[in-house]
Amino acid sequence: MDYFSEGLAKAVQLLLSLDPETFSAVWATAEVTALALAGSLIMGLPLGFALGHFRFPGRRAVRLFMDWMLSLPTVVIGLIVYALFTTRGPLGEWGFLFTIPGMAVGLTLLGLPIILTMTATAVESTDVRLTETLLSLGADRTQLLFATLSEARFAMALASASAFGRIVSEVGIAMMVGGNIKWQTRTITTAIALETGRGEFATGIALGIVLMLVALVVNLFVALLRRRAGS
Amino acid sequence: MRKFSLVLTLIALLVFAGSAAAAESILVGTTTSTADTGLLDYLAPKILKDTGLEMRWIAVGTGQALEHGKNCDVDILMVHAPAAEKKFIAEGHGLNRTEFMFNDFVLVGPAKDPANIKGKSAAEALKAVEAKQAFFASRGDDSGTDKREKSLWKNAGLVVPDKAPWYIQVGQGMMMTLRISAERGAYTLTDRGTWIAYEAKEQGKSGLVILSEGDQALRNQYSIILLPPTCSKIKHEAARKLQAWFLSPVGQKAIADFKLQGKQLFTPNAAK
Repeated sequence: MDYFSEGLAKAVQLLLSLDPETFSAVWATAEVTALALAGSLIMGLPLGFALGHFRFPGRRAVRLFMDWMLSLPTVVIGLIVYALFTTRGPLGEWGFLFTIPGMAVGLTLLGLPIILTMTATAVESTDVRLTETLLSLGADRTQLLFATLSEARFAMALASASAFGRIVSEVGIAMMVGGNIKWQTRTITTAIALETGRGEFATGIALGIVLMLVALVVNLFVALLRRRAGS
Repeated sequence: MRKFSLVLTLIALLVFAGSAAAAESILVGTTTSTADTGLLDYLAPKILKDTGLEMRWIAVGTGQALEHGKNCDVDILMVHAPAAEKKFIAEGHGLNRTEFMFNDFVLVGPAKDPANIKGKSAAEALKAVEAKQAFFASRGDDSGTDKREKSLWKNAGLVVPDKAPWYIQVGQGMMMTLRISAERGAYTLTDRGTWIAYEAKEQGKSGLVILSEGDQALRNQYSIILLPPTCSKIKHEAARKLQAWFLSPVGQKAIADFKLQGKQLFTPNAAK
């Protein structure tokens, strides 16, 4: 009963045989992660910039609130999103429960505070003289936004990587809102939870290895892009 | 070139998966035992062939499954907690409830049997465990199995030993509860299906054995519950069709034919 060697052998076997159940879970994971990461970035980058750049009353309270949101347990996010999307809930009309988009909404709530706070911190720590120089050179607000974001791009890449890691490995929201439906909303992590419940520990470890490989491919790809960008 | 063909294969797989989902699907709210034993995986292709329905399921504890039914989040329920089901119907959350199969629970424990419960009825066995203060692992997750165990304590004239140091409330699935029982040398109540699967994996080396079985109080009745018309969005027609299949001679035989490690797990018992 060696779960590790058995798990490793099984992972290789699942990948080489292009096991349809595993690939369905990999695809669901990829879809939901891409959607949630896109949602977090689209909202988190401009909001994070605004929070880090502008000085407005109540800014500290907002900062504190967003930092606090970093600690929101995923099961609670899952419960909140379930309560919103259940057929009898306020957003039941959308038909998002037990679907990929529904899971993506929940995972966006997980990723957004990470992107937002890390972007805000990055923008705060860019040199103030940058803003002054840009303004003196006649930059408008949009140009200022992009110049600052470009200056803070490494910190933001780090924020994206952190959010990606959290989203791709999440299980509570995926289980509660997705329902772990075979061929549809079963992600790698919910499949691991299922196999563990079944006592198939080696299969669970095998799927864990698959998830780590997927994450490695994504990280390598990002590193490659960064090199292409000449930095 | 090879990479390209791999990508093509993947795309083909995805397209195929997409087209396969074209049949009318029905979402069953059910408990972990029907899914974990592999029964639903075994029945799904037969159901697709006979009725054209593509069965999908959300497998959770009975408590959560009933909650999904209450909220009209699933099309039909397949659960095993008769008392809770009757309450569910009485409160108007379910339209009707039809019994269609059963399996049974068994009391398992360490082979040494410190509380000496071997061969005793369920009630006598629990009294012996309580008297001896022997370790007892409970699911503690409000699942069907958990509800049954709680009612067994009450039927034996005992109070559920909620805070007793020897009463281990696991809060997880049956398989994990069995593992924890084996590690701690505890007694536990399990459905036979999970027990057979567990035994097969451990190949008799777990240290746990069946100590009490066959008691009428240990029968585990499964029912199908149709949801009321107030659930306006769900697939009522498909749900009726699925219910009819489970009650039909074909469906009943398919249930009896399902075997785990060569052993029949569920006994069909739909009213004729």
